[in-house]
Amino acid sequence: MPVGIPVEIGNRGQNLKTVEEIKTAIEAAVPCARVEIARNPGPSAQHSLLIGPESAIEVATFLQDDPELALDFLSNVTGVDWPDKEIAEKVKVTRQATKIINGVEQIVDETVEETRKRLEPGFLETVYHLYSMAKKHGPVVLRMRTANRTDRVELPSLTRVWRAAEFQEREIFDLYGIVFEGHPDLRRILMWDGFKDHPMRRDYVDPDDYEYEPTAHDEVLAKAHAHKTETGATPAPEGAEP
Amino acid sequence: MVVEEGLKIELGKQGVIVTSLQELYNWGRRCSVWPMQFGLACCAIEMIATTMARYDMARFGAEIFRPSPRQADMMIISGTVTKKMAPQVVRLYNQMAEPKYVIAMGACAISGGPFKQGYNVLKGIDRYIPVDVHIPGCPPRPEALLQALMTLQKKIDGQPLTGEGRPRFLDAEAQGEFPVPEQGEHDLEPPSNPAVWPVPLTINK
Repeated sequence: MPVGIPVEIGNRGQNLKTVEEIKTAIEAAVPCARVEIARNPGPSAQHSLLIGPESAIEVATFLQDDPELALDFLSNVTGVDWPDKEIAEKVKVTRQATKIINGVEQIVDETVEETRKRLEPGFLETVYHLYSMAKKHGPVVLRMRTANRTDRVELPSLTRVWRAAEFQEREIFDLYGIVFEGHPDLRRILMWDGFKDHPMRRDYVDPDDYEYEPTAHDEVLAKAHAHKTETGATPAPEGAEP
Repeated sequence: MVVEEGLKIELGKQGVIVTSLQELYNWGRRCSVWPMQFGLACCAIEMIATTMARYDMARFGAEIFRPSPRQADMMIISGTVTKKMAPQVVRLYNQMAEPKYVIAMGACAISGGPFKQGYNVLKGIDRYIPVDVHIPGCPPRPEALLQALMTLQKKIDGQPLTGEGRPRFLDAEAQGEFPVPEQGEHDLEPPSNPAVWPVPLTINK
């Protein structure tokens, strides 16, 4: 590299459009595309584009082929698990109640505050980080969400657009259980083939091999203790080191 | 016949070697412990360094790393054993010819080490196969591996050929093959071999 040319780390590039501009460009090029902006409130302000899975291939092809964006490099694909969320809301409800006023029964309206619980269904998400080697800019962050976490976990595979996605989508399939439709070789990559769980999901319960924990603390301590009571370990003989 | 150590040395000065079959046999065995050539993680890098000129594992007759388990005498578990890898490690151990020895090198091979709480990490190879020498460290230095090798040599030297405490290969009834764990739907099955690794006693406080 020639001396004297300042290189800014994390430079988004001079010509990279903002997410709003990219959204407009996508909507102009792919009319049926469903694009939303997922804001990042953090100081990095790295906002991402939430795209509808039905037109993801077209959107991805556009992002790659568009001469201004030219996002030819897929740097990273990862998954996120959003579990079902229970939201408690306080609602004011007016209802009729019978009350005894001055010895006479009367029907009176009264306002009561009620706590209602609403279950917000969870989903699985993939995140694609795109850069452009040609234009030296990036990243542009794409997200896709599944319908739920249980039976409708299909998302289109972007391997046919960026070949680099192949192994990383396999990893997401393995660890999160997202099924990528159109993937050339969707098999588990880290765990063995007969494995049934998806370890990176929030509700994954890992195998109980905490029989021996010399320096257990926090969660692991609780697990180790549970193990002791389960197996009913006998106390050590007298004179043994505790 | 027991010959005193001092007399042996004196006779040696006169050009007379007095020894027993057991001593001669163990001397031969301990001076050519050929390790098996495989590495699992970063400890393998230290193991490779140990074999090179600076640390020179050849001084102990253990420099010939064999690519086949049939020709190896010692297995150095050099690194994290994942649950995906564990059946293969046990199978390789079973394929080694007796007498065979195991050195568990580093925190991961002993207990899972820094990855102990991972769902995919075997919490110590001694859950499935008998380990002769454990080396702590993350990773242990080459000197530590040499120390382990010397400890193993001492152990081999002290093994009687008959009677109680004789090595497994001289005991017709001893178990030489260890069950290879199956990769189940959620975990390895069984999670440990109780014949090799009895669950340690823990005290309820």
